[in-house]
Amino acid sequence: MRTRLQTWSLLVGATAVLALPMPSWAQLTQSDLASRMGMESHIGKITGHAKDAKADYRRYCVGCHGELGDGNGENFPWVDPKPRDFQLGIFKCRSTPTGTLPTDKDLFDTIARGLDRSNMPQWSTFTKQERADLVAWIKHFSPRWANEKPGTPIQIPPEPDVTAERIKAGRDVYARVQCWKCHGVLGQANGPSAATLTDDLGRPIAAFNFTEGAKPKCGDTDRDIYRIFMTGLDGTPMPSFADNIKPDEAWDLVFYLRTLMSQNSKEKTMAKQLGLKPVDPNAPAGQQ
Amino acid sequence: MRKHYKFAAVASAILLICGSALIPGKKVSAAGQGKITGTVKLDGAAPHMKGIDMSKDPYCVKAHANDTPHLEQVVVGPNGGLQNVVLYISEGLTGSELTEVAKEVPVFDQKNCMYTPHVLAMDVGQTFKVTSSDQTTHNIHPLPNPMTGNIPWNQSQPPGAAPIEKSWKAVEVIPVKCNIHPWMNGWYVVVKGPYATTDASGNYTINNVPPGNYTVTAWQELYGTQTQKVTVAAGKPGTADFTFKAK
Repeated sequence: MRTRLQTWSLLVGATAVLALPMPSWAQLTQSDLASRMGMESHIGKITGHAKDAKADYRRYCVGCHGELGDGNGENFPWVDPKPRDFQLGIFKCRSTPTGTLPTDKDLFDTIARGLDRSNMPQWSTFTKQERADLVAWIKHFSPRWANEKPGTPIQIPPEPDVTAERIKAGRDVYARVQCWKCHGVLGQANGPSAATLTDDLGRPIAAFNFTEGAKPKCGDTDRDIYRIFMTGLDGTPMPSFADNIKPDEAWDLVFYLRTLMSQNSKEKTMAKQLGLKPVDPNAPAGQQ
Repeated sequence: MRKHYKFAAVASAILLICGSALIPGKKVSAAGQGKITGTVKLDGAAPHMKGIDMSKDPYCVKAHANDTPHLEQVVVGPNGGLQNVVLYISEGLTGSELTEVAKEVPVFDQKNCMYTPHVLAMDVGQTFKVTSSDQTTHNIHPLPNPMTGNIPWNQSQPPGAAPIEKSWKAVEVIPVKCNIHPWMNGWYVVVKGPYATTDASGNYTINNVPPGNYTVTAWQELYGTQTQKVTVAAGKPGTADFTFKAK
């Protein structure tokens, strides 16, 4: 048995050396995972240990995220959006730039926050230590944490006061970078490109609808919303706008997005008083 | 007993591979003297390339007022020459040709809601530039397999946005797409060592190949890969012509 296993792994190894480029996606095994059981997480003063999360993961997480963390748990066929594949190390909710690993704190916050409109609930019943341990456990599924450091969190300047000018300026950002292509001119997720959106694995995915009272998946505070469009949601069509929206303009956009949301806010009241009209997608670029 | 033979066979194969990699390379002072040239052709009638409906975005429709955009999986030029085929050296490279990173910065432009070029070949670690000539927002979204060491990213490029400079860590054929314009798809073909891409007539030249014996691989997005043995002698370029069968 052992010889046969060895033969196979050698054969696979030899093929890997010979075949370039090789498009197949690697699959981790239990022994790969066992070798990373020493993984830690650091959130403030708390140190999480992967090995201590084993029982919690088995009890609460494995049904969706699977034994190997590949998102292929027994509930996979019935869950939509699909459970995260931890092996890839790609996460929507990050404070770090697109294409980088999230910080431990990002994962820690996601566990507590849950993901609105998905099967991932708010795990507020865990103690902080348990959550930190689970973060370490999540990290032990992906080889990326052994080879890469998390990205440097983006800088978010202090939130300025809301003004009518800022809301109007935010509307211009919404027009200029063309958020409406997917999210629609009224934020109803019905822009011209909305219907064909797919995630990185080719599965259909909807743009966020601002008008249904839903919370954005990666948080509902002004800072969360700022972070969402500046870092992008990796694994989804939502790109990073960090290179194209200046920090001050980003706050303007946050204020404008509040006016699109169905929830009451001072931004919404101010926009009403202003008689602010939605962007005109047919106007030439720069005059929408 | 049979298991043991298998094991021995595999082990010796591995030894051979590793051994040949360890044999000191033909030391070359300047890597510029040799090249491999050839033509890649399509045998048979080119498959029909579907027209693209760009009506989602009036800007894109207007940009193609005088032509009909088509998918670009198979682009055949005069005399059956096949464009956008990437040629690279898959065996035989040693020393500096393998480790030296090409210095030019190839450009991947978003123009008239298409990728120009449709296929961009590059070296591992080579910087490339993503630009947009369009007055509409694109998002540039390469989808490598993160297990290779190449990490996916997704950045917006609204009208007038600055170019984005990037590179890839590992050998891989990476699809690229724009989620806003779902017909837009292209390829980054990341290889190690000298490479070339065929032009509109199917011609190519791989430069900077020192004299030696090589295996050249030709990659085409729909037809896959083919390989050929080539010898490059001092002052005499190697030649390798490829023919893909139309499907």
